[in-house]
Amino acid sequence: MSILFLLVPLGMLFLGVAIWAFVWAVRSGQFDDLEGPAHRILMDDDDPRIPGRRDSSSDET
Amino acid sequence: MAEDAPSCFHCGLPVPEGSDYTVEIAGQTRRMCCPGCQAVARAIVDGGLESYYQHRTATAPTARELVPAALKDLDIYDQPQVQRSFVRAADEANVKQASLILEGIVCAACVWLNERHVNALPGVVEFRVNYATHRATVKWDDTRIHLSDILRAISEIGYIAHPFDPGRQEQLYKRERAQALKRLAVAGLGAMQVMMVAVALYAGDYTGMEDRMQIFFRWVSLVIATPVVFYSARPFFTSALRDLRRRQLGMDVPVALAIGGAYLASSWATLTNRGEVYFDSVTMFTFFLLAGRFLEMGARHRAGQAAEELVKLLPAMTTRLTDTGEETVAVADLAPGDRVRVKPGESVPADGRVLEGRSSVDESLLTGESVPVPRGPGDRVVGGSVNVESPLVIRIEKVGEETVLAAIQRLLDRAQSEKPRLAGLADRIAGVFVGVILLLAAGVGWYWWQHAPDEAGWIVLSMLVVTCPCALSLATPAALTAATGSLTRLGVLTTRGHALETLARATHMVLDKTGTLTEGRLRLVATEPLGKESAEACLGLAGALEQASEHPLGRAILRVAPDERPPVSDARAEPGQGIEGVVNGRRLRIGQPAWVASLSGSEPPAPGDDGATEILLGDEQGLLAVFRLRDELRPGAREAIAELRRLGLTPLLYSGDSEAAVAAVARELEIADFCARMRPEDKLAGLRALQAQGAVVAMVGDGVNDAPVLAGANVSLAMGSGTQLAQASADMILLSERLAHLPEAVGMARDSLRIIRQNLGWAVVYNAVALPLAAMGYVAPWMAAIGMSASSLVVVVNALRLNRRYTDASATRPPPGVRPA
Repeated sequence: MSILFLLVPLGMLFLGVAIWAFVWAVRSGQFDDLEGPAHRILMDDDDPRIPGRRDSSSDET
Repeated sequence: MAEDAPSCFHCGLPVPEGSDYTVEIAGQTRRMCCPGCQAVARAIVDGGLESYYQHRTATAPTARELVPAALKDLDIYDQPQVQRSFVRAADEANVKQASLILEGIVCAACVWLNERHVNALPGVVEFRVNYATHRATVKWDDTRIHLSDILRAISEIGYIAHPFDPGRQEQLYKRERAQALKRLAVAGLGAMQVMMVAVALYAGDYTGMEDRMQIFFRWVSLVIATPVVFYSARPFFTSALRDLRRRQLGMDVPVALAIGGAYLASSWATLTNRGEVYFDSVTMFTFFLLAGRFLEMGARHRAGQAAEELVKLLPAMTTRLTDTGEETVAVADLAPGDRVRVKPGESVPADGRVLEGRSSVDESLLTGESVPVPRGPGDRVVGGSVNVESPLVIRIEKVGEETVLAAIQRLLDRAQSEKPRLAGLADRIAGVFVGVILLLAAGVGWYWWQHAPDEAGWIVLSMLVVTCPCALSLATPAALTAATGSLTRLGVLTTRGHALETLARATHMVLDKTGTLTEGRLRLVATEPLGKESAEACLGLAGALEQASEHPLGRAILRVAPDERPPVSDARAEPGQGIEGVVNGRRLRIGQPAWVASLSGSEPPAPGDDGATEILLGDEQGLLAVFRLRDELRPGAREAIAELRRLGLTPLLYSGDSEAAVAAVARELEIADFCARMRPEDKLAGLRALQAQGAVVAMVGDGVNDAPVLAGANVSLAMGSGTQLAQASADMILLSERLAHLPEAVGMARDSLRIIRQNLGWAVVYNAVALPLAAMGYVAPWMAAIGMSASSLVVVVNALRLNRRYTDASATRPPPGVRPA
């Protein structure tokens, strides 16, 4: 069981890292808007146009 | 799309028959209800943003009224004087930054649409929308684009943006939230680690464990618990210290005592290696309490933000006349003696006297009077009133602190400082409870000191831990958070903490008339023909005469007059009197009875006694008709008042309007106590008299003149359409504008008070059972921990009942006040 004397302090080290990461996230504004990003990812900015939609091309034919 | 009931593709409203507004969207022709929606939809399509329609989950607000009104004044936002309050310079050269409140955001697609549309404008550096708060930040290059262009671009796609000053409040919220999150994270992570170690320690108690391992685990717990106590639990210690300095026993005193005591004792046990450790209880307790407070804070911030949304940063600008012409200046820069021009629809910037022009001014927000009063040269006008008919030139006499508006503001400040406060139920119980626990602990400690000095310290400590005030301190916030959440969904915002508890105990409800019980705008209730012509024909003539009228009386007639209007020639408005014109060769007058009657030399009929405003229509031969107009009651006012009475509240009516108008409303609503022609001071005095008799008074109002009374009442509600001043001084805001929500709010408040009582009762019973057991030394630490968690859970679940019942359907809930057996 002596290995615990190494593993538990190691766990505490990870705890410190986790807290540091969380504090960084709060500082950099990751928690400011909890709803928007979930929706934003669904919006396609590069939506390819439907071919028949383009006014100019349909006029030419 | 169903052919029989076509609805507007943009906003979802039914398409009026015979209209033909269409826009081609993604290859399909879609019908629109009005030119406004058509323009907005076309702007969206032209910008290549059709995917908005594909992704949206709710229809957009109707664009009909938004666009022209919003476009009118946007240029004013480009003036450096106006920008001073809300625009900051960004780091880059020429780049400025501002915060905007966006109105009309209903789903995530709106956010996407706005971001895409605005970011595509040349000169916009960055535009980001926060979906949760509906706020946006914009950065733009001032040499390439103006702020007004950005605002206009947003209104093109059917939203309204107005700048606001994110200054103090917003920054404060943000810091508070970040701080709370960090504390919560430290407490949560710490509690998990300590719990893990604690499980090993408890297991070790049964199965046996090496001594050095036990010591090691205790030290690990101590190290992890230390930041939780000193960082996360710090707010409890500071607030307990503050309470003690004020010689009060608040809820944070036992909390701080339990956390501090258990931590110190456990540390001592770890250092000396004898006794028990309670680090798991300490960290879990801190985490639970912080989580509760975090949720509470979220609800408070949301309410605060919604309230701030109503406070639009109106550019208070006015037109000053100088020797060389006109200039636009800030109201704050006006000095006595300046001459200003006030166009119809604008508000008077400060107190003064009319130099030129005749018009009517609407003082309803200041005095409660529902009909505009005529003003001509030499008459005094009050700052804050609205010019209705024709341009006025005014010489300013008083500015700033000396104006009537400022006087009301001072009255408000005084009323606020003298506001009677009822001590919260939980606070009082907590004070007593804490005192009793401390005394008992001291007594038990003294007893054990006499009989078994070795045991004394541990028993006192386990007593403090088992009576852990978790349930007691969660009892009130949990119930209040659930209740305010439900009320906010109904459209009733709670902006101050004590509001619900006080509302539950209110005995009297004072209501304002204009704008609160009534809609605050006149409506034609009766047309009585006096001559040969029918009511319909008279209404047609009246509509023709009033065509171009901006006067509320004229507009009320126009709303109901037939659409086909005979042409009018030689029309002339006589300010304060009415309109004269020639229709089909007949000279007609409409307006004040005496003035209309004088055209034909006849006697005006005797006025009715129902408080309605009467205007006459007549020609040169005689009188044609009398139109009776009233400021109509809001729908549901009767039922709401009846419901309030059933709940045991005494309704009272305080108004600044005329005796007859107030009496008529009081009669209709069966309110026995009413006072008319009251100035703000009178209202406040009436309120004080009631309070002196021991009444707990709730006040509902909307106008500037109500503000001091709202502030002075035990608890107050302002209407959502009310003035900024009224909302700032109220404890709750009725955003829904539905009077039916008044009794519901009272019912909700009473329910939550009942839940709070149950919770407190439970906490007291739990403690009464656990305390003697602990005092006798029967409670092991793990039992205390389970007891603590279970008692808190009961409290939270009980509070959540409040939430569920009201979100289902308010119609199916049992009548408030009926208690389950």
